[in-house]
Amino acid sequence: MARMKALRDGLLRWVSILALLAAWEMVARAHVFTEFLLPSFSAVMTRLADDVISGELLPGIGLTLYRALAGFAFAAGAGVTIGILIARLPLARWFFDPLVSIGLPMPKIAFLQIFVLWFGVFDSTKILMAAFSAVFPVIVSSAAAAEGVERVMLWSALSLGAGRRHLLWEIALPAALPQIFTGLQVALPIALIVEIVSEMATGGGGIGDAINMQMRFADSPGVFSGIVAIAIVGSILVKAMELIRRRLLVWHPEAAR
Amino acid sequence: MRYAPLLLVALAWEAAPRLGLVRADTLPPLSVVAHAWVGLLVSGDLVSQGLSSLENLVAGLALGIVVGVALGILMAWYRPVEVLVNPLVRVLYPLPRSALIPVMILWLGLGAASKIASVFLGCLLPVVLSAYNGARGVDQVLVWSALAAGASRRRVLWEVVLPAAMPEILAGVRNALALSFILLVAAEFVTGQRGLGYLISFLGEGGVYDAMFAGVITVSAVGFFADRLYLMLMGWMLRWRE
Repeated sequence: MARMKALRDGLLRWVSILALLAAWEMVARAHVFTEFLLPSFSAVMTRLADDVISGELLPGIGLTLYRALAGFAFAAGAGVTIGILIARLPLARWFFDPLVSIGLPMPKIAFLQIFVLWFGVFDSTKILMAAFSAVFPVIVSSAAAAEGVERVMLWSALSLGAGRRHLLWEIALPAALPQIFTGLQVALPIALIVEIVSEMATGGGGIGDAINMQMRFADSPGVFSGIVAIAIVGSILVKAMELIRRRLLVWHPEAAR
Repeated sequence: MRYAPLLLVALAWEAAPRLGLVRADTLPPLSVVAHAWVGLLVSGDLVSQGLSSLENLVAGLALGIVVGVALGILMAWYRPVEVLVNPLVRVLYPLPRSALIPVMILWLGLGAASKIASVFLGCLLPVVLSAYNGARGVDQVLVWSALAAGASRRRVLWEVVLPAAMPEILAGVRNALALSFILLVAAEFVTGQRGLGYLISFLGEGGVYDAMFAGVITVSAVGFFADRLYLMLMGWMLRWRE
């Protein structure tokens, strides 16, 4: 019975998605809206396949991914470092705490034109925009995580003869990892969102630029196929982060759930 | 005293271009930017573009909150809604919402409607998920006792489920608030019509950098104070909790 129920729930999960796609196809075919406003699902998928085969889509996706992930990597490195410094050094806390509390809720996207002025319209601007937007959640979660590491654990490691370097790499960092990772999981989608906006606003290739150009040429199947592609990429990234989290935290009680 | 580091940054900003450490045309001194800000204010550009931005932001966000909360709570409360909507939410959640801006422009044109729709779609899912999780997490005993005491299902929804889900909804709305700023400014960059985002890119492309910096500071400040105000509102709304 339990298996039947699991199977039924699993099927149900797909029913609504398939129903939506079928409704999309039927509404489009019935020409309720013009083809320009709503190309049919099959037309969009055909277009997607064409774009993949013609080799137009994947390099753009690759470029966007490269920029977003490079920005994310900067944000992760800088964010974890600054976060741990905030938790450890009073001077770092004094300096960074107010800046971070202002920077976190600020709409960083507004800085795009300043970054263009400073770094040009090429990759560096787009990578740094993604990094600048994604770094704040990482700092906040890393600082909170590093502060939350139990003193008793650190003291016991010290009394067992662990050096300061061991303490950081083998006790403090692993203990802080779950919360740091949560910050990274928040930061990655932000990097992708901002990357796409930067490409739309400043051009220079990538899927954001491609979708924007297709919009300007009123090529709706192109716009929709670009969105489907980036939606797939987004899901893969989110899933990948979950998988990495599970691998990294095998030893953690949360993995047992 | 707590904000002394900010003062330090402001001083460095003023000093660096004046001492010739950086070029003054790529980083105008803070005082010059402040002067440009007053100029924007006096000319009325800042107010008219700011109001346009604010209108679209509030409209999209309000729509997102109302629809999102309703949908999230219905999902938790009625099984058919959950079966129908939950998979769609899960599938659409990882889509970088900024990618939808061009579709909104195709559908609704370059005016206010496409910006409002972009903001709405950007904040909808975080609100739906927070309301859904909040309403699902409501202590079932509370619901049963209210039902047993003779309350109708609708009253239980309004007077038990909604208040109990409120902390989580309010946290979701805070995320939505941050997202709404990103999407609004992004949509203004892309459409290039009205709004502070438009003002910033217009000034940047025209090379009026001191005023451009003033625009960026304005947007950042509005985003920051909106979050602070919201936190105060959140504290006030949750004052009934111990």
